[in-house]
Amino acid sequence: MSTATATEHASGDGRARPKWLLHHFDTPAQQFGTARLGMWLFLAQEVLFFGALFVIYSVFRASYPEMFKAASQQLDKIMGTTNTVVLIFSSLTAALAVNAAQKGKRHATSLYLLVTIACACVFLAIKFFEYQHKFDAGLLPGPAFKPIDEHLVKGLDLKSNSGSFFALYFMMTGLHALHVVVGIVVFIWILIRNLRGNFSKEYFTAVDITALYWHFVDLVWIFLFPLFYLI
Amino acid sequence: MAAITTAPGTYDEVDPNTSYLENNKGLMGWLFTLDHKRIGVMYLISVLMAFALGGIFALLLRAELFTKGQTLIDAETYNRAFSLHGVVMIFLFLIPAIPAALGNIILPIQLGAKDVAFPKLNLLSLYIYVFGACFAVYSMIHGGVDTGWTFYTPYSSSDPAHGGVGTSSSVIPMTLSVLIMGFSSVLTGVNFIATIHKMRAPGLTWRRLSLFAWSLYATAIIQILATPVLAITFLLLTMERFLGLGIFDPRLGGDPVLYQHFFWFYSHPAVYIMIVPGMGIVSDLIATFSRREPFGYMAIAMSSIALALLGFLVWGHHLFVAGMSEYATMVFSALTFLVAIPSGVKVFNWIATLYKGSISLQSPMLWALSFIFLFTIGGLTGLFLGMLAVDVHLHDTYFVVAHFHYVMVGGTVMGFLGGLHYWWPKFTGKLYNESWAIAGWLFVFLGFNVTFLVQFVLGSRGMPRRSYDYLPQYEFLHQISTVGSWILGFGFLLLGAMFVRSLLNGRPAPRNPWGSAALEWMTPTPPPPYNFVSDPVITRGQYDYHLATDDELYEGFDDPLLSHKSRKGGVDEGKEDA
Amino acid sequence: MMQSEPSSWQLPPAMADTATRVDDAYNFIFWFSVVFAAAVIAITLLFVLKYRRRSGVKSESTARHTKLETKLEILWIVVPTLFIVVLFHKGFSSYIHNATAAEGATEIRVHAKKWSWDFEYPGGARSNELHLEVNKPYKLILSSDDVIHSFYIPEFRLKRDAVPGQYSFVAFTPTVPGEAHVLCAEYCGTNHSAMIADVKIETPEQHQEFLASSGKKPKVCGTPPVECTDEKWGESLFQKNACFTCHGNAGDGMTGGAKSLGPKLAGIFGKPQSLADGTSANADENYIRESILKPSAKIVAGYTNVQMPPFASLTDDQLEAIIAYIKSLK
Repeated sequence: MSTATATEHASGDGRARPKWLLHHFDTPAQQFGTARLGMWLFLAQEVLFFGALFVIYSVFRASYPEMFKAASQQLDKIMGTTNTVVLIFSSLTAALAVNAAQKGKRHATSLYLLVTIACACVFLAIKFFEYQHKFDAGLLPGPAFKPIDEHLVKGLDLKSNSGSFFALYFMMTGLHALHVVVGIVVFIWILIRNLRGNFSKEYFTAVDITALYWHFVDLVWIFLFPLFYLI
Repeated sequence: MAAITTAPGTYDEVDPNTSYLENNKGLMGWLFTLDHKRIGVMYLISVLMAFALGGIFALLLRAELFTKGQTLIDAETYNRAFSLHGVVMIFLFLIPAIPAALGNIILPIQLGAKDVAFPKLNLLSLYIYVFGACFAVYSMIHGGVDTGWTFYTPYSSSDPAHGGVGTSSSVIPMTLSVLIMGFSSVLTGVNFIATIHKMRAPGLTWRRLSLFAWSLYATAIIQILATPVLAITFLLLTMERFLGLGIFDPRLGGDPVLYQHFFWFYSHPAVYIMIVPGMGIVSDLIATFSRREPFGYMAIAMSSIALALLGFLVWGHHLFVAGMSEYATMVFSALTFLVAIPSGVKVFNWIATLYKGSISLQSPMLWALSFIFLFTIGGLTGLFLGMLAVDVHLHDTYFVVAHFHYVMVGGTVMGFLGGLHYWWPKFTGKLYNESWAIAGWLFVFLGFNVTFLVQFVLGSRGMPRRSYDYLPQYEFLHQISTVGSWILGFGFLLLGAMFVRSLLNGRPAPRNPWGSAALEWMTPTPPPPYNFVSDPVITRGQYDYHLATDDELYEGFDDPLLSHKSRKGGVDEGKEDA
Repeated sequence: MMQSEPSSWQLPPAMADTATRVDDAYNFIFWFSVVFAAAVIAITLLFVLKYRRRSGVKSESTARHTKLETKLEILWIVVPTLFIVVLFHKGFSSYIHNATAAEGATEIRVHAKKWSWDFEYPGGARSNELHLEVNKPYKLILSSDDVIHSFYIPEFRLKRDAVPGQYSFVAFTPTVPGEAHVLCAEYCGTNHSAMIADVKIETPEQHQEFLASSGKKPKVCGTPPVECTDEKWGESLFQKNACFTCHGNAGDGMTGGAKSLGPKLAGIFGKPQSLADGTSANADENYIRESILKPSAKIVAGYTNVQMPPFASLTDDQLEAIIAYIKSLK
């Protein structure tokens, strides 16, 4: 190893550095690859984060199968299904936004981003109504679990220890909803940058990795939905 | 020496002939810096403060144990002191000490990079760490915690204020603190893996990576994959204490042993977050001070990765007496022994590196050799604890306390101090007083062994850990241990004074004071803002002493080798390009 | 109370069959480690001395990618692997042996609570000391009333967590008459280190006597033994139940010079006590009885409800003896 000397200054060979190429990167490809790798690594830790919750879910489900079955009937399958569809659709529009950004179509990108944000907001709104119903019905975590009969869905009798089911329900869907909120904030920021014209065919890294994150959020829901609502 | 540069123009913003310390002076220049070296230095200051605080708690504990019954403080205070000693040392010091402080300063230079992959994320990670530490301080102001650093449920989660059976101490801010600092650790891990993959200078192949970089790579894998599990565990613990979720508290239908599985799923790998980077530093130190390429370079590198992966499979050995099935204990015991193999590979290769070397016993090397001795003892006593029948006797006794101090202090702290001595001239630009350094090492090494060697005997004789009081037959050994802690404390004070003296009036350090062949010593001292005067191209390995020129190794005490090749100066350009 | 001095410098005396098996494994790994560590340190020092830096002598370049390197790496992977197989086997076989209860073992229920041990013998006798008959197999069934504790008898080399909401067990046969201690090895709160119970390994005759007298007033009590009055018996129950951990020696309300966790008992009898809720109560027999059986019912002003465990296992006779003792405290 050794260090090298330098060649002429940039202005000499006419290869100007684009403004969006950060100081510590040599090439746009390096910057793009690094950002993607960084997001994948971040998602790896997210997998373990939610993974731990899924393990706890499995342990409790294995310990109290009857209680889980009865409590899961209290969740609104229609709202859950709607939310699944909304979220999958938003993943599609996020992917389309990346595609549009890649081709340098600024207006299309903005449109797709806007639809994605709107879907995410719809998802949260539906989640809000679901939570509100659980609060009204007293279907709350731990000792706060005090079901009120007239608000309950008819079905199997709720076990008195269903508090742990709702603890997990609120914990897991709540953390997922938090990820949705973060996604919305980042998408809005991306949208603003897009409107300002920060992205181009050559540079759309931020759109790409945010969409990557969004697909992950979508994927988590695809696991949460059957585990809580269906089985 | 090859000569190319890539991406010209990137040096426009900074003058490569100033050092990173002189560039952009002023408080704001530090607080909002994106320079990995400055972030690393700020991390270093933070972890050293945490180390001092944890050390004060340790001295308090040892003083209390000097006599049977009450010596200084009551049981309640003692329980808080040992818990805070553990929390501060592990979460505020050991975990960030080597990767976030020394790693941040040195890794990008060792890679020939201008910075880490995500400089903003790097700064964010520092501020998340500080923010998390504030929660810990808040908890301490409110009396701290008395749960031990392990926060076992239901003692930690069952709040007497809600009719629970556990502690009434300030648990929630402390678990939140650890949770928050976890994010900082994850960000550092993400940053380092991306940096090592994508930011290496041309010619710096994987086989030319420094062993310190390999160890940080392994560490980052653990940081990314283990930390989120701790985050979720502590989030659940916090919610459990706050709302009574019923996940870990048996009175609410939960399972306290489940908590232990989750806790150790993180905390055992976390041991490797602490020790593996220390091993990386020692590998570099032994190479430099033996003037020899590490024997079995690839074996050392791969053993770091092996430790990182094996670390995920052995958490169960913390639960041998907690009530697992016989089958599970058998599997975890067998897997635990596997850890001995990569650890052994490292030690054997280090010794083989010494063989026919040219060994200089300068202060960093003393720490490296101490690491080998103490880590060997720490590792072997780990085998005692891996043996099921023996573990049943020794579990949760002072034997375990001594064992992990031999690994954490004898390993990580020795590695950290070795690295600190070694790279100090590079990042401060100052030399320190070698005699003081050797005296400090002597006191620390002696004090450490006096403190902890007797604790093995205390433990094998049945003295349980975390005990305020003890049976009379343990008193004498406790007294030896306490005296040892004073020697140890004095040693650290001496080292602290030495470093402060060096900052105030140390002689300016030359480019390569140790005569090392590694890349970080090829750049001026202290390094320029973007680490090198011009983009480096790597033409030999970090440890190729037989390929390094005399210029690179021995010259440079006044004449930084690189300055005459600087792009701006450009005097040698023609020759180099030829 | 004094324990006999350790028979070896590292291990306490072995007083049960389980201890012998653990000691075999311990001694094996101990000598293995001593030899190994000595070798590593000696070779390192030898190299450091022999190859110390000399002017004009350069280091020899490392043989990289040579057959020697490969051979050595394989050597120091394979040899330690063989060692650890042996170590694993030694540790596991003793463990499994120790984890299995003998046929017809006598079962004793162990209730752990903050911060005392309570032993329930077949036939219903209860005690805060663990009385065992020598050479008789036992199986102890552990449970906890509050947080996690860990049942540890160093002399038996046995340890097992007592986890709330679960049962766990230890099995052993005591082999030597004498005394040992049950310690708590899992941190469990303020007085964790005082959660100690005496273990008495007795001859069959002594043991029969214990079972017969358990819960009844013994003929003699106290140290030195004197004829048992209610007061004296109450004092020994006060000691055995470790009441002093929280209420101070002789109920003086002090632990090591500081205010103890529980309120002072000496001199309170017959006097009104101000309570934490602002009311007050007269410290009569009923007050003391209630405070032992339902500790949270009345909390003395200036003290917090630290969840003193209810001592429900005490018989009426024993309660009366303790009340008599508290009456006598000045």
